[in-house]
Amino acid sequence: MQTVTREQLINKAVALLADGTVKCVLGWKKGEFDYDVTPAVFETEEEIRADFVWNDFCGANFSKYLVAKTRQFDGKILVFLKPCDTYSFNQLLTEHRFDRDKVYAVGIPCAGMADISKIKEICGDGISSIEADGDYLSVTTIYDDQPIKVEIKEVLAERCLNCKSKKHVAYDELLGEEGDVIDSNRFDEVAQLEAMTPDERFAFWQKELSRCIRCNACRDVCPACTCEKCVFDNPNSGVENKSPANSFEEKMFHIIRAFHVAGRCTDCGECSRVCPQHIPLHLLNRKFIKDINEFYGEYQAGAQEGSRAPVVDYTTEDLEPGEVFDRRDTNA
Amino acid sequence: MQVNGYKPLIVAFCCNWCSYAGADLAGNNRLNYPADVKIIRVPCSCRVNPMFVLRAFQRGADGVIICGCHPGDCHYTSGNYYTRRRMALLFSMLDYLGIERERTRVEWVSAAEGAKFAATMNEFTETVAALGENKRLEDLRCKQ
Ligand code: SF4
Ligand code: SF4
Ligand code: FES
Repeated sequence: MQTVTREQLINKAVALLADGTVKCVLGWKKGEFDYDVTPAVFETEEEIRADFVWNDFCGANFSKYLVAKTRQFDGKILVFLKPCDTYSFNQLLTEHRFDRDKVYAVGIPCAGMADISKIKEICGDGISSIEADGDYLSVTTIYDDQPIKVEIKEVLAERCLNCKSKKHVAYDELLGEEGDVIDSNRFDEVAQLEAMTPDERFAFWQKELSRCIRCNACRDVCPACTCEKCVFDNPNSGVENKSPANSFEEKMFHIIRAFHVAGRCTDCGECSRVCPQHIPLHLLNRKFIKDINEFYGEYQAGAQEGSRAPVVDYTTEDLEPGEVFDRRDTNA
Repeated sequence: MQVNGYKPLIVAFCCNWCSYAGADLAGNNRLNYPADVKIIRVPCSCRVNPMFVLRAFQRGADGVIICGCHPGDCHYTSGNYYTRRRMALLFSMLDYLGIERERTRVEWVSAAEGAKFAATMNEFTETVAALGENKRLEDLRCKQ
């Protein structure tokens, strides 16, 4: 259950709009169903009271929206940030992607967000409504009047199960209680893959990546991917869309996508959340994060504004590319 | 270099200021290295973007080697230090995807090391020949 309420957020937003601190509000809005909450810009109190939502499906990280919205609006934008969102916020500031003076950031605690596909695994399709009820969700389907009770703990998103921090690293104001950085087990799955044979790994990734439909949602949502011209939009690249011929384009896309955010990816988990094919993109990003930690020392992108990403840094004593494997083999 | 009649295609990205001159020296000294090593001259080893490596595989390379000045000797002071980090991460990722780690390599070869250049290419070609054709990063659209 979320510890701050919708009313608290609405009151905060309305007050800041009323006293002129902010011009508009970036918040979550109900979609067609209770679970497909979408990001929206609110400009009036009426809109906020009518459509603003805060529930267990408010996964969207607003940091990236600030890049476009701060250019579009004069005056400040109010943005609500969950702890993991604040890392992306800092990372974008580090890269000078938006004007900090045009943003009023309110940090809000997060108890973890639910993953609708996990709920559908339990309740099936045809969900007509979902209501929060303490630590449970009350899920009603069109096939049954009796709601099904699902414990939120059981349907948390992968990234929330492996949450790295409940602590906000950037904000102007905080609502509710501040949390701590968490010792998560987020690299366990990467380590399991590393322990497999190359053939097993190849088969694993072939199975995962071949499902990719190249909708580019993972790139579009990523707060680290803010280039205005992307290599994957180049029609001469040979990887600008799904190639039915073979798997090269998939591997190319995924390796390069992950490489382009290496050292800047905050592990916010948005890419895996939006993938319609449920490809575990976090396993690629975390591989780079894990390697960076092991080769060049612990580094958390976004933890500190202005920190230098390890891929654009070096020391004269760095590991040789060939030693990467010697090291792993002796450790294994 | 052949293994069971199979000759691998090797793409070698060579830094203009050192390894490319090293290759010249190997030639001048009449040191042999396989003709299937295709050298692509780059202004500095750090010019090699990860995409180049993947592209080389896409277009039919069986192995890709990047040669640059020894650490500390880069013509642009620090280019090869960036190469070192990037390629360490990229190669580790390729291995993570199950692509044979022996197909990629970084070697530091100076302009005076003609013999090292030839020896490196011979040894690398042999390693790749033993692996056989690159299947895991091939693009059928690019095959004749
Ligand atoms: S969101 Fe998923 S399906 Fe879409 S391009 Fe990314 S990995 Fe592929
Ligand atoms: S790559 Fe994925 S986890 Fe990393 S910053 Fe981008 S959306 Fe977030
Ligand atoms: S100039 Fe040779 S590696 Fe930079």
